Parts: sequence; C-alpha cells; structure tokens
Amino acid sequence: MEITGIFKYLYEQLVATGLSQTWVEIISLVVAAVIVFGFLAVMALFLVWWERKVSGHIQQRFGPMMTGWHGWRQTIADAVKLLQKEDITPSTVDRPVFYWAPIICFVAAFVAYVTIPFGKGLIVSDLNIGILFIIAITTFTIISLLMAGWGSNNKYALLGGMRSAAQVVSYEVPMVVAVLAVVLFAGSMSMVDIVQSQAKIYQWYIFRLPFGPIAFIIYIIAATAETNRTPFDIPEAEQELVAGFNIEYSGMKFAMFFLAEFVNMFTVSAIAATLFLGGWQGPWLPSWMWFLIKSLALVFVFMWFRWTYPRLRVDQLMEFSWKFLLPVAFANLILAGWMKYSGWFNW
Amino acid sequence: MTAPGIHTEEFQVNMGPHHPSTHGVCRFILTMDGEVIIKAEPVIGYLHRALEKICENRTYQQCIPVLDRFEYCTSMSCNEAFALAAEKLGGLEVPERAEYLRVIMLELNRIASHLIWFGTTSLDLGAITPFLYGFREREDILDLFEMTCGQRLTYNYIRVGGVAKDIPPEFIPKCKEFLDKFDAKVDDYERVLTENPIFIVRNKDIGVLTPEMAIAYAVSGPSLRASGVKFDLRKDDPYSIYDRFNFNIPVTHNGDCYDRYLIRIAEMRESARIVRQAIEQIPEGEIAAKVSMNYKPPEGEVYSRIENSRGEMGVYIQSPGKEKKPLRVKLRGGSYNQLQVMPELVKGHKIADVVAIMASLDIILPEVDR
Repeated sequence: MEITGIFKYLYEQLVATGLSQTWVEIISLVVAAVIVFGFLAVMALFLVWWERKVSGHIQQRFGPMMTGWHGWRQTIADAVKLLQKEDITPSTVDRPVFYWAPIICFVAAFVAYVTIPFGKGLIVSDLNIGILFIIAITTFTIISLLMAGWGSNNKYALLGGMRSAAQVVSYEVPMVVAVLAVVLFAGSMSMVDIVQSQAKIYQWYIFRLPFGPIAFIIYIIAATAETNRTPFDIPEAEQELVAGFNIEYSGMKFAMFFLAEFVNMFTVSAIAATLFLGGWQGPWLPSWMWFLIKSLALVFVFMWFRWTYPRLRVDQLMEFSWKFLLPVAFANLILAGWMKYSGWFNW
Repeated sequence: MTAPGIHTEEFQVNMGPHHPSTHGVCRFILTMDGEVIIKAEPVIGYLHRALEKICENRTYQQCIPVLDRFEYCTSMSCNEAFALAAEKLGGLEVPERAEYLRVIMLELNRIASHLIWFGTTSLDLGAITPFLYGFREREDILDLFEMTCGQRLTYNYIRVGGVAKDIPPEFIPKCKEFLDKFDAKVDDYERVLTENPIFIVRNKDIGVLTPEMAIAYAVSGPSLRASGVKFDLRKDDPYSIYDRFNFNIPVTHNGDCYDRYLIRIAEMRESARIVRQAIEQIPEGEIAAKVSMNYKPPEGEVYSRIENSRGEMGVYIQSPGKEKKPLRVKLRGGSYNQLQVMPELVKGHKIADVVAIMASLDIILPEVDR
C-alpha cells in the first residue's frame, strides 16, 4: 500500500499537460508543501487530543469524552474557538516584534519537514545536508520565543524568553554532538542515506552498541528540553511564570505557538525515529506506516515524561546540560569515531 | 557575576495575588537580580473577612460555622479548637463517644488537608499527575464527611459540648475500607515523588529553616518538626483524648523543603493509625452534652490550642459573664507565622524556589488573613 505511486502518477499527468519544466517543478512543490502542511495540521490536532487522552489515563480519568468517539472532535472545537477569539494586542507591546514572533515560530516548526522522509521516496527534498538543515531550522524557534518574551513587555514573559534562549542554546550542543555520532557512522548527512544505512533491524543506530543507545538517550533528553516539555518546561513554567513567553498572547497567535509546540514535538520524534530507529524501514507494513508508528511511539514517550516528572529549576537545567550531558556526548562521539576507524562492530 | 561596564539593575516582580501557585490570594513583591531573589515582601489581607469580629456578634454555637471559614482545608480542627475553648470556659464535660467521633474526624481531616498539600506541592513543582492522585483519596474522605454531616467543605460538625450528629451505621465499614487501602496509596505517592531525582534536587537544601529561626518566628506544626524540634500538641499538651492513642511524632532534622515533605507524608500514616485505633475503641453512648442554645459561660478568659495540620491553632475567648456572646475572640493560625518566615527563607534563592518553599510550608491564605 505504498502511496508513492499516486504522486508519481500525478507528476506524470502534470508533465503530460505539456507545461514547461519550471512550471511543473513549481506546481509539484506547491502541492507537496500543501500536503505536508495539511498532514502536520491534522497531526498537531491529533497530538493535542492524544496528549489529553494520555494525561487523562495517566491521571486515572478519561480526558475528553463528550465530543464524538472518546472526544475526538474536542481539538477541532478548540481550534475553532481559538480562531474566533478576539486577537488582543496589549497597548504596551512592541508591535512588529509581538506580531512576527508567533509567525516565525509557526513557520520554523513546519519548514523542518522539507527534509524528513515520511516513507520510501516520500520526501519533499532530499538535501545532502538534511540533518544539518533540520537542526538549523528548528533552532529558529528560539528567536521567536525570545521575540515573544521581549516584545510582550511583560516581566514574566521576559523571564520566560530569556530562559528559553539559555535552555535551547545549552541543549542544542549535546543534541548536535549526539546526532554527529550517527552522521559519522552513516557517512552522510542526507536523511535518506541515514535511513538506508539501517536496513536490517540490528543495523538501527539504537542497537549499535555501545555508542548508539547513549546517543539516543542524549538525543531524547535534549529533544525534551528543545521542545520545552516537562521536566524541562521552564520557559513556560506555569507555576512560576504563569505562562512564560506566551503570557500576553491570545486567539490565533496563541494557537500558533500552541500548534508549533506540538509540531515540534512530532519533529523531534520523527528525527529520532529516522536517525536511531531505522526511519521508514520495517517488514510487512508500508514504509510510511512504519515511520508514523515509530514517531508516534516516541511522542508517547515525551507525553509520558510530561505527566510523570516534576520540573527542574533553571540553574539545575543548565548544570545538567553543561556538566553532564555535553561531556558524555563528546565522549560518545569519540567512542563512535574510534569504532568507525577501527572497524569494530562495523556491520 | 556581571561583566564590568555593563549596566544592570534590579527589578521588581509582582507575584500574585492572581498567580497560579500562591495558594489563594497571597502577593509577594519580589526584588530580583535576574532570577535570584534579593528581597521578598509578602502583602496580605486580600482575604480578610473580619472573622474575629463576626464571632463577637454571635452566640457560641453560631460561631462554629464562622470558624469553618477560618481554614477551610481543615474545618473540623477549627470547629474543635473553638468548641474546646468554649467548653473550657463553662467547664462542660463532653461525652465519651463524642470525643472519639471528634478524634476520628480531626485525623481524617488532617489526612485530607495533607492530601491537598501533597497535590499542590507536586503541582507547584510541575508534576501534575500526583495532584490528581492526592485528590482521589481525599474524595473518599469527603464522602465519609458527607455521609456524616452532609457537607464536603465547611462541615459545621463539631459543636460546643459534643458533635452535631451521630455517624451513620455504614460509616465504620467504609472508613475501615479506606484505611486498609490508604497505606498502599501513600506508598504510591512516595514512589512517584520521594525517590524521584528531580523532586529531590528541587527540594533538598532549599529554604532551610533552622530550629532557632523556627522558634523565633513561632513556626509550628509539621514545618517546626521538620527542623528537628519535637513539639506536637497532641503529645505535649494533650487535648481531647489524644493521650489514649498510640502514635509517633515524626521528626526530621534538616529543615529543608524535602524534610517538610517527608514529615507530612509520615504524618498521614500516623493519622491513619490514630483513626484505626479510634474506630476500634469507640464506645456507645451520648454524642453531645446538654448545652442550651444560649450557652452562657461564666466570666473569664481562656486560650485553648490544638495541633492543626498547618501548625498550632489557638482560640482565645474572653467572656463577659452572663452573656451569650463572647466579648473578644482571637484566632491564631499556623500559616501566619510560616508566611512571616518566608522572606527569610527565599532570600538568595531562585524564583522557582519561592513556589517550592511556599508549597512546603503549606500556607493557606484564609488562615493568614482571617
């Protein structure tokens, strides 16, 4: 049940209309963008619903139940509500900064999907620097959080923005170093190449002892921090900073931050699935289904973290990153390099 | 910390009264250097209802529902403190069964109150799930109270001279059922938080309250015992029939947030022990002494104190004699002193610690503001 065939057929039809090559490329890119956007919008809505159900069941309650089967229409209703809400801009804010922050956040969250392979052949553009591109783009989010914190002209928001800047900068480094170990072994930064280097289940990077699991765990910890989720959700720590950087936002602007958060969560899970869990590779099921299963399983892990752990304090968070995670990540990188060089376990 | 030549300045953050984790309407004016607190100034009075003055215009029995509002997490204890004072004034004898019923209710209420503390503490540290676990068990206790007196929050159950109603026959089996599962539930709570490394780093050595400081600020209750001072009115100045039960007073010695957490968890277990003993020993008989609605104690003044879940709860009553209304009522709540010591504890800590310290001291604002 591979769906690549559909796209191939559509592409051929497009070529058959006799348009020039440039137009064919433009149209097919626009179509791809719309499809990815639609997929992610639905995914974000699904994740919001899923988060509520997971939290509900962890907390021994049901979560939304009244709207449709197990409340599946709940987030749709929420989204409609947020769309209808008045978009309040407080009089003291720095208008351009305040206005652009959610948009940058939203766009940065979506652009990363250009190089994520959703399945065999299901990739918008297989850049040869794929993973580097994703890491660069996802870091973009931080600018928007900083803008939101600064532009809101609110002390709590400012603290939240500052915290998130410090946090993402600290956790970006161990995350990249952990990813580098995989890149080193795959010998390529292209996401497709990385997936293809893990064709058999024992070739998945998570099973390549000893560096694989360590890199995976470092990546998961750093990714939790990157997506501002408990136990690293200090930028929006609601018990200290009320809501953090998005305290002054309402209506659709708030919804953009909110959806971007969930899209980001799916992004980091998708990257982890691609880098460590063999991406779309898997028996029996079509490739895109494997990709979804693996990514959603990781999303579930993030949700599980969130509803179980308390929150770290801001300085403890920094200490953990610089004093523990980063040295371990570097040691792991050296280990991986040595393994690659000596050919040990190099299957 | 700062590089030379860079201009920095302190700024003020207004934490509360509308803040998700100030446990009601407490307001702190925090002077901060970045994330570090230089000075904290509590502003109170947002919940002032003049309870003491209201009591002066009511008969003794009518004061009981007012006392319910003094500290709504442990209304039973507030009822009891006032009833004890009023009984002491008139030299009333409370029937045996009523004393037992009171102890059962007080200790169940202490558990319920500590469960709220447990929930809000975890919530303030960012863990949302334990909050719901705590409230799940509290629900069972509230069901027991509802069965007895029809109320779930402000009970108005303990009266001058006894209690309002006898317990229904299904109360004791239900209560036993609750106690049987409760210890296992507390184990569950401990599994979620006590051993959790994040919880430990957030609480260890945060907001250390030395015994000297605790005594100087008249901090009482679990917060005092966490600093290593073994002082519990149930043992040291026994009221009601607490001298008949076999229970321990947990004490720890570090005085930090983590110790205050451990103390309260241990206290829940001890309270469950007391309730268990009380429902085994409870005799049949009268549930209230004969007290006139217009109870007129002789002239005099009295101060009675009990161990509330948040510290010493004291009631001072001055009776003019041959009058059905008290001349002066003064209430003492543990939270007031604990709020007073907060600025000392939070100095030099981060803003996130304010929340942790406040949660561990278990401050409740109606008790502070009266």
